[in-house]
Amino acid sequence: MRQSLFTIAENTPLTASVARLRLRGNTAGITAPGQFVNIAVPSLFLRRPFSVCDWDEGSLTVLYQTVGKGTELLRSLPLGTELDLLTGLGNGFDMSCAGPTPLLVGGGTGISPLLGLARRLLGQGCEPRVILGFRSADDMFALRLFHALGLYPSVTTEDGSFGIRGRVTDAMDLPHSYLYACGPEAMLRAAAEKSPAEGQLSFDVRMGCGFGACMGCTKQTVNGPRRVCKDGPVFRKEEILWED
Amino acid sequence: MGRLSVTLCGIELDNPLIPASGCFGYGHEFAAYYDIDRLGTFAFKGTTREARFGNPAPRIAEAPGGMLNAIGLQNPGVDAVIAEELPKLRAVFHKPVIANVSGFSVEEYAEVCAKLDREEQVGWLEVNISCPNVHGGGMSFGTDPAAAAAVTRAVKAVTTKPVLVKLSPNVTDITAIARACEEAGADGLSLINTLLGMRIDLKTRRPLLANVTGGISGPALFPLALRMVWQVSQAVHIPVVGLGGVSSAEDVIEMLLAGASAVQIGAANLRDPFACPKILDALPGVMDRYGIENLCDIIGGAHG
Repeated sequence: MRQSLFTIAENTPLTASVARLRLRGNTAGITAPGQFVNIAVPSLFLRRPFSVCDWDEGSLTVLYQTVGKGTELLRSLPLGTELDLLTGLGNGFDMSCAGPTPLLVGGGTGISPLLGLARRLLGQGCEPRVILGFRSADDMFALRLFHALGLYPSVTTEDGSFGIRGRVTDAMDLPHSYLYACGPEAMLRAAAEKSPAEGQLSFDVRMGCGFGACMGCTKQTVNGPRRVCKDGPVFRKEEILWED
Repeated sequence: MGRLSVTLCGIELDNPLIPASGCFGYGHEFAAYYDIDRLGTFAFKGTTREARFGNPAPRIAEAPGGMLNAIGLQNPGVDAVIAEELPKLRAVFHKPVIANVSGFSVEEYAEVCAKLDREEQVGWLEVNISCPNVHGGGMSFGTDPAAAAAVTRAVKAVTTKPVLVKLSPNVTDITAIARACEEAGADGLSLINTLLGMRIDLKTRRPLLANVTGGISGPALFPLALRMVWQVSQAVHIPVVGLGGVSSAEDVIEMLLAGASAVQIGAANLRDPFACPKILDALPGVMDRYGIENLCDIIGGAHG
């Protein structure tokens, strides 16, 4: 974990509710795809956690949806604004288990960390397969970012306005060596149950501190209570206790 | 004795900064980020007889000038704290620590305190009779002078270590509770715990926290906490530890002037993991600006 100042280099809408934030600053604290940053949004007390979509030496990208006051304020910030970030939070995805053909499944803004993961899996010689789920064609984003990596995701939309009608699980018949998934909890559960492979799931929950001190984001697991921010946000499939 | 040093119940602190219970875990998270030996001491996570998972999610919400929490005393239980957390702590923290204890009966408080009393690194016991987020425990002891006194007496009977009683602001007259604890033998008082609050989610039209209510903390609480420290320090003869929204070196000095012998810092650590070392670095300069030679000289100074 590292605390440093970043500058907004881009804050542009991708859809009606999703935007891309590019921040310039020192990213040396980030050690794995699937980690998150905790952004101090001016005038708010609690920081707001966001998965890192991708990063290089001098900048990082976040894809975020405006869902409340914090993200609405973030959306209104002009280029050049300085933001106080904690970077390199959480464990991130373990890429050593990927095997030759890992399957990446993302829903909504859960797609975000899969891009950085896909790029690094390609770098270690894997052939990732990608499935992205949206509500409708109007909500689609990030597809071109995967195309730029030479990856052509299967797309599902709940209303059938693009790609396969249905949910991500309706496109999951591809054989795969491992599962990486990020998205709403119901999607994670459905994907984990559908996939015969081992896998890792990244959870998106309300957090307090983001670095393991406040116990605000605790989740019950087969190994006892675990902090999503510090022990996660990525958990192995077999660790999860699904609540009914 | 340095410029920053103060004394709490006979134990000298290098400085008055004490991360508050519930905002600092058992120290390890922060020890990875800075040398926690720089702190005066810290109060570890509220510990109960049995392990507790705490409340369902969501447990956290934003509030104007602060936050709400309804963690519900998640902790691994006193036996695991003694067997696992304290040995790990000894490797990264070399000062006496404040053991924060909570319970659901007078007997439970006494049993947990008796166990922690035997631990060498425990310098003080801090008895939390003010947690607003558990039912049938915590705050129900802290809102009635007789119940507060009963817990204090039971704990004093099982320990020779100084006992701090952590008070709730959710009362009509905090000085009545404070006096009851003093008469029952408390060696000091920590105040204030969080103030009871809630938020409603406009999308679902339901309470935002699964526990419905939660404890407000953060800078919004500071004037309220300062007022209560001011009142209690005049009402009792035992030392008072001031807390509630402290987030700067100036706030620390205000708390001392109001009558606090030391100062705890809670929510500020959650927004900024480096809050305490930053305040510590700023203190000497702020003292110079206001003509303060030694912090121990200004305790209660605003009372004239």
